[in-house]
Amino acid sequence: MKPGELVWLRGQNGSGKTSLLRIVAGLSRPEAGSISVGGGRPGAYIGHANALKDDLTVTESLSFLARLHDLDSGAQGIRDALRTLAIHHRRHAIVRTLSQGQRRRVALARLALEREPSLWVLDEPFDALDTHGIDAVNRLLAGHLARGGSVLLTSHLALSLPPDLVTELQLPVEVAS
Amino acid sequence: MSGGVFMLVAGRDLRLAGRRRFEALLPVVFFIVAASLFPLGVGPEPQVLRQIAPGVVWVCALLAAMLSLNTLFASDYQDGSLEQMLLSRHSAIFVAAGKALAHWLLTGLPLILAAPVLGVLFDMHATSILIMVAGLLLGTPVLSLLGSIGAALTLGLRSGGVLILLIVLPLCIPVLIFGAGAVGMVDMGLSASGHLSLLGALLLLSLVAAPPAAAAALRISVS
Repeated sequence: MKPGELVWLRGQNGSGKTSLLRIVAGLSRPEAGSISVGGGRPGAYIGHANALKDDLTVTESLSFLARLHDLDSGAQGIRDALRTLAIHHRRHAIVRTLSQGQRRRVALARLALEREPSLWVLDEPFDALDTHGIDAVNRLLAGHLARGGSVLLTSHLALSLPPDLVTELQLPVEVAS
Repeated sequence: MSGGVFMLVAGRDLRLAGRRRFEALLPVVFFIVAASLFPLGVGPEPQVLRQIAPGVVWVCALLAAMLSLNTLFASDYQDGSLEQMLLSRHSAIFVAAGKALAHWLLTGLPLILAAPVLGVLFDMHATSILIMVAGLLLGTPVLSLLGSIGAALTLGLRSGGVLILLIVLPLCIPVLIFGAGAVGMVDMGLSASGHLSLLGALLLLSLVAAPPAAAAALRISVS
């Protein structure tokens, strides 16, 4: 993958999209072949699970993830990141009280804290998001690509980014076997 | 900075426990209730109670520590937090150590604080209670550290709770023997320093070996 490139990984259910993303992220090992990521590992991985704790507030949850990954965990930075995903009005809410779409926004707000032009690995980032949420994530992705970052993602929804930025990679069904 | 992750993980677990106080208090409540049943079962004879007290307290402490082990990594595993911890730029060893510290602070420390009350209930001498508390202070962190290995190994497995007991309980038997034995030595008028030194050695060994082992087990379980 080149800087500024987004690869849209496509394939049928069970074709191995999530497995491939987990291998790239470093969570699983390939049975054969190898993966090489500049800097050793991707800058961000967001899987199906949102990595939020039901009993923490939105701000506490995002702040924990930010500190875990050595990102800006200051109150202003967290608020700005939540504002990017238009979820800052729920920043004091307990995660348990959020809808699925709102939880996804909080999980994705972590990307707004990233400053390095690294590789983002995203598994179905648009899941549960409404059109405004999808637009916000697309703006985040476009900004990341513009500063030389790259993105590897799966999505069942069509991407609304400029076609010249997106490379489609169709996984064959045989991969599943 | 990795030390920061150690404190970050432990601090977050303590905060989460603060939000679920009832669940956090379960081990110590179990400890007190289970130990309090023995005088009712074996009779009120002070000499008998004094004799069985160290063993009863240590067995109840061991079982109470095991009670919350199956949830040590489970919720982080289910909600994706564990993946994020393993993907951070810091060693997973500090994550495992932070989780074990939080487990000890939430389970072991309350047991140590409750133990003198049980000592009085069992009519133990003041010196025996002191030695029992010293033993628990050295032994309960070992239970949390060894427990973290079992919890990491059985992560995501069905019947993981039973498997943890089968893995961890045999490893904890030396702690039980030396902990209860230390009080027995004092009751016989001998020095407990040998037993306490062995507990200290077990603690040092667990501190060095358990977090890397738990971290390796976590990586295997998550992949």
